[in-house]
Amino acid sequence: MLKDEDRIFKNLYNDLGEDVSSAQKRGDWSNTKELCSKGRAWIINEIKASELRGRGGAGFPTGLKWSFAPKEVGSKPHYLVINADESEPGTCKDRDILRFEPHKLIEGCLITSYAINAHICYIYTRGEFSDEGQKLQKAINEAYDKKLIGKNACDTGWDFDIYIHYGAGAYICGEETALLESLEGKKGLPRIKPPFPALIGLYGCPTIINNVETIAVVPTILRRGSKWFASIGKLKNTGTKIFCISGNVNNPCNVEEEMGISLKELIETHAGGVVGGWDNLQAVIPGGSSMPLLPKKTCDTITMDFDSLIKEKSGLGTAGIVVINKKQDIIKCIARIARFYKHESCGQCTPCREGSGWMWRMLERMAKGEASREEVDMLLEVTKQIEGQTICAFGEGSAWPVQGLLRNFKKEIQKRNNFNPLINQNKNIPYLVDQHLLDKENAKIKNK
Amino acid sequence: MSIKKISKEQPDNFEFNSENLSNAKKIIENYPEGKQQSAVMALLYITQRQNNNWIPLVAMKYIAKLLHMSYIKVYEVATFYSMYNLSPVGNYFIQVCTTTPCMIRGAYKLVEACQEKISKNEKELSKDKSCSWMEVECLGACVNAPMMQINDDYFEDLDKEKTLKIIDQILNGEKPKPGSYRGRTNSEPENNRKTLLEENNA
Repeated sequence: MLKDEDRIFKNLYNDLGEDVSSAQKRGDWSNTKELCSKGRAWIINEIKASELRGRGGAGFPTGLKWSFAPKEVGSKPHYLVINADESEPGTCKDRDILRFEPHKLIEGCLITSYAINAHICYIYTRGEFSDEGQKLQKAINEAYDKKLIGKNACDTGWDFDIYIHYGAGAYICGEETALLESLEGKKGLPRIKPPFPALIGLYGCPTIINNVETIAVVPTILRRGSKWFASIGKLKNTGTKIFCISGNVNNPCNVEEEMGISLKELIETHAGGVVGGWDNLQAVIPGGSSMPLLPKKTCDTITMDFDSLIKEKSGLGTAGIVVINKKQDIIKCIARIARFYKHESCGQCTPCREGSGWMWRMLERMAKGEASREEVDMLLEVTKQIEGQTICAFGEGSAWPVQGLLRNFKKEIQKRNNFNPLINQNKNIPYLVDQHLLDKENAKIKNK
Repeated sequence: MSIKKISKEQPDNFEFNSENLSNAKKIIENYPEGKQQSAVMALLYITQRQNNNWIPLVAMKYIAKLLHMSYIKVYEVATFYSMYNLSPVGNYFIQVCTTTPCMIRGAYKLVEACQEKISKNEKELSKDKSCSWMEVECLGACVNAPMMQINDDYFEDLDKEKTLKIIDQILNGEKPKPGSYRGRTNSEPENNRKTLLEENNA
């Protein structure tokens, strides 16, 4: 278990107070000027050396991302945008940072903005986090009052302003280019990449977009050194991470632990174990709803880091762990996730718009045992037609959990849905047709 | 994409009150010159607060004028995002999260409570027209599941009984206390804390 002194978010449960003087007692804002005075190249190199990977889901190396921004400011200003549109089911870590450790985030914003030559930072917060947003705004006001941000922020000579922009309940705005569209006052439809936001982003200007947790750990990394951060966790999967453990556990919680901790230890030590004991475990979704579930056999030994989970055909994602025990209907659980994606698809790309609803309807019928034997294979085919065929990664996000279910619980689905196709009379049905939409009067159910 | 029902009964005119107008102007200044369209989402929120939790069509026209946008662009935004209510939802708008992490901890019991106390169908006003409820997607408080949101506040660690009590309170015009209803501190592991112990005792 990680030592308390190595935890970055000391106020994760708000034992110490979120206001600026309490934050300063914990070391925030202590030598911001000195850190900035070491120069942009030093900051970016330290973050590169720490091997910090983005905490928003994709796990892209943060230092590398920053280095994509133009070195000099040209005719267009640079922007820093913080992605606080946390809406991945199973994830609630950014919420605790916004309400209990806002000064870590604000200081991180200043240092990052300095490193990438940005004077303005927008924090895109999800609309539902209204209380959290107010706490963050209070912290921003405190920072202005103490001249930590604003003109000549922290006496660094750098002018820096922060604004909060509230979203309004669209999951898709967590995708970075959809977030930019939303910030520009439009519908949140993802943009085609390239061009990447680092060169053409907000208002057509160079923009760096990072997750809340990524930016909030930056000041501590610079203070304690990249070597310290890199010494925690595993090679290429360094540092600490806030894990959110929800679902059928005795004590659901958020906890900061080192990367590469074993899933079993996380659940047993921190979350009080699976309801009904470890043997009652059915499956775990390891990284928010987009990541394919892991069957119990894998959960026994898996460690929680980006690369180990990719090897198991899943991913760390946002580290939102949803524990599902044997009392739950696993097909129903994934069907509910499919409904989530159906609801949240922005509708821009046909495969995702049509496919997400199709998958949901099939899964709902499969949960009830009303699907035909052939539909099980058809479901897989539909996921394959969505994956990789859309502008943004939402397509994968909606297809992967279904693929995970099919990979690990196919027998369970087949056992429940074991009759011939709904329509036997009409043999000319093309393979990829949603039977739900066909005329039911011609249907003849056999073997049931 | 959310399916929006636009109210058939629409007011004839809408304007920000003076306080909200100056708030709106302040927000517009957060964005670079010429990019005032960025403020559209915030202005829709202000409208919703001023107009008893919903946005009438005239307000969209008003915002369009204020931001030099076309009306349809405002309409697009208002219909795209699920948090803008385009028909009355009552003073108290209850949103119950039923996505998987909440579902497996009993979120549908909360839905039952809403059905019993408020209305059989979601998005339907209660008898006294003071509140309505709906099922929503993940609200981002998964370790405090099951939970619901009433207006701006989160109510966490609920069960059916507690939900019934909360709804009774709002129906009586009282203000229930937000937060965890099992009395735990935020998102800590209840009675099982193994980390940050010195901070806890400090």
